[in-house]
Amino acid sequence: MPSRPDLRLSITGNAAYSRRTTAGMAKRKFSTLPGFGLTMGYTLLYLSVVVLIPIGGLFLRTLDLSWTEFWRLVTADRALAAYRLTFGASLIAACVNAFLGTLVAWVLVRYDFPGRRFLDALVDFPFALPTAVAGLTLANLFADNGWLGRFLAPLGIHAAFTPFGIVIALTFIGLPFVVRTLQPVLENFEREVEEAAATLGAGRLRTFLTIVAPTLLPAVLTGFALAFARAIGEYGSVIFIAGNKQYESEIAPLLIIIRLEEYNYTGAMALAVVLLVVSFLLLITINLLERWASRYQN
Amino acid sequence: MSIEIQNVSKQFGEVTAVNNVSFSVKEGELLALLGPSGGGKTTVLRLIAGLEAPTRGDIFISGQRVNDIAVQQRNIGFVFQNYALFKNMTVFKNIAFGLKVKKWGRAESAARVAELLELFGLQGLGERYPHQLSGGQRQRVAIARALASKPSVLLLDEPFGAVDAKIRQELREWLVKLHHDLNVTTIFVTHDQEEAMEVANRIVIFSRGALEQIGTPREVYEAPVNEFVARFIGVLNVLELEVRNGVARLNELEFPGHGLREGQRLRIGFRPYAVQVSSDLSQYRCRAVLRHTFFLGVMLRVELELPSGLMIRARMAKEEYAQLGLADGHAVSFQIRQYRVLAREGAPLAPETAAVQELPPTMGEGI
Amino acid sequence: MAGPAKSRLNRIATSASRRGAEESPLMKWLLIGVAFAFLGIFLLLPLVNVFAQALSKGLQFYLNSLTSPDTRAAIRLTLIVAAVCVPLNLVFGLAAAWAVAKFEFRGKSLLVTLIDLPFSVSPVVAGLIYVVMFGLQGYLGPWLDAHNIQIIFAVPGIVLATVFVTFPFVARELIPVMQATGTEQEQAALTLGASGWQTFWHVTLPSVKWGLLYGIILCNARAMGEFGAVSVVSGHITGQTETMPLRVQALYEGGAGASGAAAFAVASLLALLALVTLGLKTLLEWKQAHDYARAQQTIPEAGPAITKRTASTWP
Repeated sequence: MPSRPDLRLSITGNAAYSRRTTAGMAKRKFSTLPGFGLTMGYTLLYLSVVVLIPIGGLFLRTLDLSWTEFWRLVTADRALAAYRLTFGASLIAACVNAFLGTLVAWVLVRYDFPGRRFLDALVDFPFALPTAVAGLTLANLFADNGWLGRFLAPLGIHAAFTPFGIVIALTFIGLPFVVRTLQPVLENFEREVEEAAATLGAGRLRTFLTIVAPTLLPAVLTGFALAFARAIGEYGSVIFIAGNKQYESEIAPLLIIIRLEEYNYTGAMALAVVLLVVSFLLLITINLLERWASRYQN
Repeated sequence: MSIEIQNVSKQFGEVTAVNNVSFSVKEGELLALLGPSGGGKTTVLRLIAGLEAPTRGDIFISGQRVNDIAVQQRNIGFVFQNYALFKNMTVFKNIAFGLKVKKWGRAESAARVAELLELFGLQGLGERYPHQLSGGQRQRVAIARALASKPSVLLLDEPFGAVDAKIRQELREWLVKLHHDLNVTTIFVTHDQEEAMEVANRIVIFSRGALEQIGTPREVYEAPVNEFVARFIGVLNVLELEVRNGVARLNELEFPGHGLREGQRLRIGFRPYAVQVSSDLSQYRCRAVLRHTFFLGVMLRVELELPSGLMIRARMAKEEYAQLGLADGHAVSFQIRQYRVLAREGAPLAPETAAVQELPPTMGEGI
Repeated sequence: MAGPAKSRLNRIATSASRRGAEESPLMKWLLIGVAFAFLGIFLLLPLVNVFAQALSKGLQFYLNSLTSPDTRAAIRLTLIVAAVCVPLNLVFGLAAAWAVAKFEFRGKSLLVTLIDLPFSVSPVVAGLIYVVMFGLQGYLGPWLDAHNIQIIFAVPGIVLATVFVTFPFVARELIPVMQATGTEQEQAALTLGASGWQTFWHVTLPSVKWGLLYGIILCNARAMGEFGAVSVVSGHITGQTETMPLRVQALYEGGAGASGAAAFAVASLLALLALVTLGLKTLLEWKQAHDYARAQQTIPEAGPAITKRTASTWP
C-alpha cells in the first residue's frame, strides 16, 4: 500500500522520522550536491558554541569537586526530597497522560463528531503556551477559591500549593506528547486486521487487547518517555502552583535556583549535573524506543 | 451452506453501492463476484460476512435470516485483499486465533494448525512472523486462518490481487484444488474476468451496484444478456452502423436492417472467433489487410485493417494461420459469421434480437 | 488498484457503520465525552481563565496594566530577544537540515541526537550552564569583567539562554521535510547548470516552505515564552532584564491583589501569542495538505483521438 508522508507538522516524534528514513535511504554517496563542507562545518561550529561547550563547561566545573563532596551535595536530604517529588510527580503525570492521551488520540482518529478539528488543534496548546502563563492560570484555577478548586476543597482535596498541584501542572504540559506520537500510528493502522479478528469471532474488547494494543504500545511508551522527560525538567508551570516548601513541595529545578541565589554554586551545579545525566539517559531511552517502534511498523 | 440474497441494497450516505441485488449460492459452489472497480461486488461480500449491514433486503445463510446476527457469530471465513495478518503474532498464533476465541483445547488447536500447515504447504513456518514470509505464503496463511475453525462459507476479497502474475496463476489452480478437496461453499471477488472464467463454477457480474448477469462461465461468454456483459467478458468487436435502404452499414460492411428506419442507428458486436479469414481474396466478400499478429500461445489474434481504415480483430489457431500462409501486411478476405445486436436506436432490445444472429449460410466451427 | 469510486466509498464507509469492527455507539459517545471532559478541564478552562482574570478588573485596568512603563519595557525586551534568536536558529536549522537530509555520512544519528539535546534539558539547567560559562565565578567571568562586558544579568545572557532553549526547533521541522523531498530535484537543477546557492534558493527552499514557516513560528513562540532559563540568567532587574514571562511572575508576586489581574493582563498577551501560533499551524498544515493533494492529482490522459476507424474496444 502506498504510504503518504506524514503531513502533520509534528512537535514531537520527528527525530524518529529522520532516523528511520536515513536508514532507508539509498547508500549512494550524493557527493554531487554542493555545500556539504560549508553546512556541516557551520552546523558543528554552532552546535559546539551554543550547546556542547557550555554543557561541557558544567561537567568540567563539577569535576573540580572531589567525589565525596559531589556525593554529599547530591544526596543531601533536601535534594533527595526534591528528586522524589520531581520524579514521582512526573511519573504520575506521564502515566495519566499515557492513559488519557491514548484515549484522546483514539477518539480524534477514529471518530468523527462536531468539534473534532477544534479539539485536535487544541491538543497542541500546552506546547505553544509559555510555561509561566500555564503555571499562573492553573494556580488560579485550582486555588481553593478558584473555578475548579472550589469544587475540590469541600472534598478535602487541595490542589494548589501541594504536590497534587504539581501533578496537575505536569499533566498539562505533557498532554500533547502521547497524543501526537500516537496519532500517526493510529492513522496508519490497518483497519482490516480488526475486521479479520471480528470474522474469526473475537469481540471488540478482545480485539483491542490482543491485536490493537500491542501494536500501539511502542508509540505509547515513546510518548510516555517524552512526557516524562519534559516533566522532570519543568520549572515555569510548576512553581506557581506548588507550595515550594522545602522537603514538601519543592521540585529539583527550584532547588537549583535557590542554591544559586544562596551563592551556593557548587551545590547548584551538582544538582544540575544529576538532572543532566538523567536527561541524557532518557534521551537515549527515547531513541531506542523510537527505533523499536519503527521496526514494529515494518 | 447455501446462501440467499434477497433484494439487498446498501447506501453509504448518498452513494448507492448495491442496488436491489438478488441471487442464491448453492451449497459447495465456487462462485465469483465479478465486475469493474466500484461495481459493488466487495460490498456484497462484506454484507454476506456481516462487516456491513444492508440498508434494505435480507440475507439468509442455510435458510436462516442473518441480518441481525453479528459478524462474530456468523461462522464465516474471510480473507482480505492485503491479508490482514496479525503482525504481532507468529503464523501459528495467527491460524490458531479463531480457535482460541472459540475455546478449542490446546491439543486440538495444535493438531488443527499442524494439519493446516501441512495442507497449505507451510510446514516449518509456524514460528515465523508475517514480515518474514513471501507474498504467496502470507496469502496462504490468511486462507488457513480463515478455514481453521471450519466455517460454513469461505469469502475471499480479491485474494490474488496483491501477488505477482506468475504466483497468481499457481494460486488460482491451488484454490480450485482446495475447493475441490474441502468442498466448502466459496465466494470470491475479482475484477479479472479471466480469473473468474478459469476458477468459478458460476459467475455473478456486477456493474455500478446492479447485478447484470449470473451464470456459468460458458453462459456468460456465449449468451451475455446485455451489452455490458458482452463487452466485459472476453474480447468484442463493436460496430456502430447506420441504416440506409434497409441495410445497416458501416463503410463497406453490411448487416440486416432489423426493421429500423432510414437513418437510424444500430450497434452490434462480434467475437474474434466469429471472423472467418481467408488468404483467397475471392472467397469472401470483404477485403482487409492483416496489420498485426498477436502471439498468444496456441491461438493467435490478428488485427485486420479495412480499406476505410476500420480495425477489427480475428482469432485463429496457429495451424490455420500457417496453412493460410498469412503474415503481417498480407491482403485477406473475411466474413463475419455471427454477431449480436447490442443496442438499437428508437426501440428497446427485443429478446430475440439480443441473441446471436447468424449470417446465412454458415459453416463455422462450433463455439 | 481501487478506482475513484471505491476509495470514495471507503472514505464514507469509515464514518458509516463498519459493523463488527467498531465499538457500539454508546461506547463511542462515552469515549468522546471523556475526551472532551479531559481536554476541556485541562486545556480550555485554563485558557478561558487567563482572559477572565485579566479582564476581572475591567477593560480600563487591563489596558493600563499593559501600558505601564515596566511592562512596556518587558514587551520590548521580549521582542528584541525573539528578533535575535529566531534568525540565528533559522540559519542554523537550514544549514543542519541541508547537511543531514541531503548527504550520507557516518555519525548522522549522533548528530541528530545532539541537535535534539537542548530539547531534553531542563530550562533551569540551560540557564545555569551559561552562568557557569559567563558568570562572575564562571570560566570567562574575570575576562568579561575586565573588559566591562556584561553577559549574565544582562540582555546578551538572556539571548544566549533563549538561543539554547530554542536551538532545535527549526532543524527538527526541516530535517524530515527535506528528507521527504529527496535529492532528485536538486540533482536535476545541477544538471541544468544551477549553482549550489541557486539550487538551494530556488529549488530546495520552496519545497520545504511550510515546514520552514512552522519551525519559525514554533521557535518564536518558545523564544518569547521561555521562563526557566531566562529566570536564571536575567537577574530579574525590573525595567531592564525582565522579559514578559518574568514580568508576569513579578506582577504576581508583587503581593497586592491588584497585581494579580495585572499579571494576568500580561499573561493574556502571551496566551494570544499561543493562539496565533496554533492558528498559523493549522493554516500551514492545511496549505501543506492542499499542495500535496494538488501534486497527486492526475489529469486524465487525452489519449489518441478516437476515430470512427477503431472498431473494437480493448479488453
